[in-house]
Amino acid sequence: MQIDWFPLWLSLRVAAIATLLSICIGLALAYILANRSFRGKEVLDAAVTLPLVLPPTVLGYYLLVAFGREGALGHLYESILGAPLVFTWQAAVVAALFHSAPLLIKSARAALESVDHAYERAGRTLGASELKLFFRVSLPLAWRSILAAIALAFARSLGDFGITIMIAGNIPHRTQTVAVAIFDAVEAGNGQTARILVLVISAITLLILSVANRLGAGFLPVRQAAR
Amino acid sequence: MIQARLQKQFPAGRDSTAFSLDVEFGTSSGVTALFGPSGSGKTLMLDCIAGFVRPDKGRILVDDRILFDVQASIHIAPRHRRCGYVFQNYALFPHMTVRGNLAFAAEMWPRRERHRKIADMLEKFRLKDLAGRKPHQLSGGQKQRCSIARALIGSPKMLLLDEPARGLDAPLRMELYSILRKIREEFQLPIVLVTHSLEECFELAGEMFVMQAGRIMQSGSPSQVCDHPANLEVARVLGIYNILPMEIRTLDPSRNTSVLRYGDFDLIGEYYPGRLRGDRVHIAVSPRQLKAIPKEGKLGPNQIPAELLRVIEAPDTARFEFAGDLAVEVTRVEYERNRYAREWAIEFPVRSLRVL
Repeated sequence: MQIDWFPLWLSLRVAAIATLLSICIGLALAYILANRSFRGKEVLDAAVTLPLVLPPTVLGYYLLVAFGREGALGHLYESILGAPLVFTWQAAVVAALFHSAPLLIKSARAALESVDHAYERAGRTLGASELKLFFRVSLPLAWRSILAAIALAFARSLGDFGITIMIAGNIPHRTQTVAVAIFDAVEAGNGQTARILVLVISAITLLILSVANRLGAGFLPVRQAAR
Repeated sequence: MIQARLQKQFPAGRDSTAFSLDVEFGTSSGVTALFGPSGSGKTLMLDCIAGFVRPDKGRILVDDRILFDVQASIHIAPRHRRCGYVFQNYALFPHMTVRGNLAFAAEMWPRRERHRKIADMLEKFRLKDLAGRKPHQLSGGQKQRCSIARALIGSPKMLLLDEPARGLDAPLRMELYSILRKIREEFQLPIVLVTHSLEECFELAGEMFVMQAGRIMQSGSPSQVCDHPANLEVARVLGIYNILPMEIRTLDPSRNTSVLRYGDFDLIGEYYPGRLRGDRVHIAVSPRQLKAIPKEGKLGPNQIPAELLRVIEAPDTARFEFAGDLAVEVTRVEYERNRYAREWAIEFPVRSLRVL
């Protein structure tokens, strides 16, 4: 029997790009949340957490409105890249980003907060800028758990269904990611395909999670040695 | 020179009581010690000066440069304050070597000067052979030297130390004191030291501030403060006095004497100007000035009988603790001579009784 592997490759590619994006955006947000105190910080934190708890279809609906051809972000996207976003594989990247970034921000914030503030204070009295502090002190001290957070985010971005189906749709060989393809296969009574895809994606995720756990576990001794 | 007026309120939280800091002080070059019990606001003062904590009111001037002023809404960021800070746990970056830690701080200098500055500091603080080590490979004293060197490499305008002797054993403390004395002589900058050791104040400080509950209770040289505690609270914070409630019975200015009632006994003291007969006062007496005497028969003048609870021996003194919170310190020799006495009396020399 012939299995179509396209959804798996698409999912891996989408997850990789989404993870890269969420590293850039997420780490910056995590650092701000961990190190700065400002008005509205907890509101920002709540807003960042929201995608974790909202039904994916709700989030998908918001994104559809915002990125649709009538939405402001949709206009912006189309004017920059010349083509609409919705129902393309790039939309699946946006979906995966919203699905996984909150997790990365949450765990990276915890990782950065667990770095003893004395180091950051010491850095400041020594004249270091915030950027220098982040790259030379905070990040090196928390890199293991941040890497674990990134692995988790990658694993999670492989698995989005709700948001993807809302804004990227289910177009075979264009926007059909693994999660969508499995749903499709089950619907079509194609049990064999569904089973194989389910097993493969489970194995990949399990592997990533065990790597993340390893990394996370290695963090504690590093911190103790620092004391 | 640091001049500051600081006010900061902390409302009561779920697991903390309300606290307010309200101090005004000036320091010259040389060492100023902030002395007081834990929670008296010493570290908070350092954090305000360093810029980690923003006071509600006041201003901070260092060498005529304004670091903080509420009225002019000036709050210079910590990294622009040029303030060397030696943290309680040293806060050496654990992932960098000794040289790396110094280099991190030296980056404020032009590239070609950095190397010389680092070499200079490694030499001065005897870290040359340790330059390649990570902090976890250093002993407590080495970490201490490294963190002081790191704080000084940027030629700060002031040096703040948060309980630098904490966790160091006696020889290392002595070494630290000699390092700090050298810094005091060599670098012309004000040094502010948080401590709760009087020994440290005497070793290093030209001036000490006695802190209690967010206020400066008294300032002056350590010997001034210890000889003349300004009030009951200062005497308590210093922790070197017996503090005894007494009542003034008579005052005789012509003979420069007074009679004080302590429990069931009358004691002769000096004349206390500005006091009235019948005043209930607290008397501070240093345990070193009291005498513990084996009681044989009748009591002499200014002696009272006392019940010995325990003796605490130290290398060259012994401390007798009597009932009623009275402590007397005697030399080893005296202790050896009288140690088997069964009953004791305490003698209060006339000049030892100090009214608070």
